[in-house]
Amino acid sequence: MSLWSKHAIFEKNSLVLLIGILIVVAIGGLVEIGPLFYLKSTIETVEGVRPYTPLELAGRNIYVREGCYLCHSQMIRSLRDEVERYGHYSVAAESKYDHPFQWGSKRTGPDIARIGGKYSDDWQRGHLNNPRSVVPGSVMPRYGFLENAPLDFTHIQDDMKVLRIEGVPYSDDMIAKAKDDLKAQLGDETTVADLAKRYPKVVGHVSNGANGPTEQDALVAYLQMLGTTVDFKLYNEKANWR
Amino acid sequence: MAQADSFTTAPPEGGKSITLGEVTMIVVSLFGAIGALYIAANAYTAPYAFHMVLFALAGFGGVIATLKRYKNRPAVIPQEINGKPNYNYGPIKFTSIAAVFWGIAGFLVGLIIATELAFPDLSMGLSWLNFGRLRPLHTSAVIFAFGGNVLLATSFYAVQRTCRARLAGEIAPWFVVLGYNLFIVIAGTGYLMGITQGKEYAEPEWYSDLWLTIIWVAYLLVFLVTLWKRKEPHIYVANWFTLAFIITIAMLHLGNNASVPVSIFSPKSYIVWSGVQDAMFQWWYGHNAVGFYLTAAFLAIMYYFVPKRAERPVYSYRLSIIHFWALIFMYIWAGPHHLHYTALPDWTQTLGMTFSIMLWMPSWGGMINGLMTLSGAWDKLRTDPVLRMLVVSIAFYGMSTFEGPLMSIKVVNSLSHYTDWTIGHVHSGALGWVGFVSFGALYCLIPWVYNKRLYSLKLVNWHFWIATIGIVLYISAMWVSGILQGLMWRAYTANGFLEYSFIETVEAMFPFYVIRAVGGGLFLVGALIMAFNFYKTIRSPELAAASEAALAPAE
Repeated sequence: MSLWSKHAIFEKNSLVLLIGILIVVAIGGLVEIGPLFYLKSTIETVEGVRPYTPLELAGRNIYVREGCYLCHSQMIRSLRDEVERYGHYSVAAESKYDHPFQWGSKRTGPDIARIGGKYSDDWQRGHLNNPRSVVPGSVMPRYGFLENAPLDFTHIQDDMKVLRIEGVPYSDDMIAKAKDDLKAQLGDETTVADLAKRYPKVVGHVSNGANGPTEQDALVAYLQMLGTTVDFKLYNEKANWR
Repeated sequence: MAQADSFTTAPPEGGKSITLGEVTMIVVSLFGAIGALYIAANAYTAPYAFHMVLFALAGFGGVIATLKRYKNRPAVIPQEINGKPNYNYGPIKFTSIAAVFWGIAGFLVGLIIATELAFPDLSMGLSWLNFGRLRPLHTSAVIFAFGGNVLLATSFYAVQRTCRARLAGEIAPWFVVLGYNLFIVIAGTGYLMGITQGKEYAEPEWYSDLWLTIIWVAYLLVFLVTLWKRKEPHIYVANWFTLAFIITIAMLHLGNNASVPVSIFSPKSYIVWSGVQDAMFQWWYGHNAVGFYLTAAFLAIMYYFVPKRAERPVYSYRLSIIHFWALIFMYIWAGPHHLHYTALPDWTQTLGMTFSIMLWMPSWGGMINGLMTLSGAWDKLRTDPVLRMLVVSIAFYGMSTFEGPLMSIKVVNSLSHYTDWTIGHVHSGALGWVGFVSFGALYCLIPWVYNKRLYSLKLVNWHFWIATIGIVLYISAMWVSGILQGLMWRAYTANGFLEYSFIETVEAMFPFYVIRAVGGGLFLVGALIMAFNFYKTIRSPELAAASEAALAPAE
């Protein structure tokens, strides 16, 4: 009677086999994922991190829709060359309001976790319309179709409500004013200053649409805020250790 | 008399009775179709309305098909004929043809995006032709459409033969295979129109995910109930792997796709998880889509088709037990190696790396079990190109499961991650292992279920060599480009500055992207030869009697 013959119980009872499999495959995930919901380093609070403005959120949805994450990472690793090329390594809090995360897994193009403010709006628009007009060797597709596509933001408040359910701290005020806020970011200095009360460090942009915001406006607003909210001169990397 | 598992609504003498399965199918399809039309009428976006109309058409199609089937079928479908199981090959025929179709479609889209990386203006700035939208189409088409149909076909075949029982249910297997292919169509057309939830290999939105969940539960039930009907005391090893695949994919799918839709009228949803937790969920899912979808399930093919084709028993029963439990236990832990040096805690990364390295052992245990099955039958490699394809697939499996643990080591990963080396690694597994084991299985399966002789072994030989050269070109180009780019990113000048701008490293990739596209093109040519071979096979006259060689049980 060897131990091997005991295995017959799995081979003769499909439900025992099923339960055995379920237990065996559940363990790894429980151990690796469970703690991430309470460890300080993965639920850290970092000064400056804020939810996306309605325009940035709409832009982010276009970023997701077009599959930008398939060629651009948003995760600077803690390696010397990456920190020198792209800036301070990415910290967990910077993507805490990202549903879904867009860290990416491939750099056919460069990391863009801190692309915000590195180039002008005009450069970004020209680059989206035809990447090779500003970077001759680029292999990025052209996104000219975004330039004049009207931005559909009829349901932006519903989007924000869902995100609030999932833990993004959108206030009633933010949701109520969402549509006006979206246009305000494309307005003048006064509207942007008012918006900054709800969304600190927000940057205004000039719409290129004749009849309201375009998809390109939203995407540019999103790209221009990436990595701009946390001031790493003030960031205390030891604050969230334990 | 009606069978035990059928539901009688009419007296037997009045003719045949409608089964519970048929009634359920008709009612659910009808209500589903009406519901889909209601959603379509109120949809927020045109692509979503299009999808709901597709669902509605499928629902009405389901009603008509079920009624037609009821009209044309005999009163009772026998479980056995002359003491032999009356195997159900219909759904297998459908999925094996679908696999060939989706395979070619998926390889073609892969070729297009590979070419786009070398010549980016090929997409002409059209949204639906751009890399970002076609890439999920390529990955889903090859993994879920091609691979998925191969797995449905081979698992439904192997489970029937090794249980010596007819597939459970009559409507249910058709519901699974047709419903699964509807999922593929919804997902694929969605990507082209920009419907995606932005998670790699889990791009389909909430409604496609829900539909897949329903299909998957039905698949599990058909598989389990067939196991319950078995005439053999033991469940064969191939079926352990299939069962592990079905259960684990269900777990991963539900965990990774937990999302809240914006509205029932909107295709858009937001994943419940965010940031680092979402990243960990994603790669727990993503790596085990590799581990269970592309490995465990295809190992089931190895454990059935290699012994069958070589006409030798599996090399070691004990090794298959160890292989099975060790593989499924360890794979689940390996996900964090996709997140080295990121904001994921160090301990999780190290744990992921450790298990990835340990995983090398069960992987090679399985490879040895597959290869050594040929003991005493190695001479067949000279004469049977189908067996050669199966054996080379196992060799590629061994190669990529060696490369994987190597790349999971943190220092290696610091170079390889974000580069084409990963793409090359994936393709040595996908083209060499998954592709070849699938082709080998299809070359066996299609003649078996159609009861035909395979049209040409010579063409299989051509397919084998053309595809092999294609794979070699592909993976060696990606090794060079990946390692080159990784080294260029971290190169410093004598003065301590970064030596290359990012765009210089992109420009250096050009020749390798061209070679890769050529390699992918050859792989596609091989698949077209296979499709032609199957076309001629199916058109050929039927064989007199089906071969009934019984398979030795695992013990």
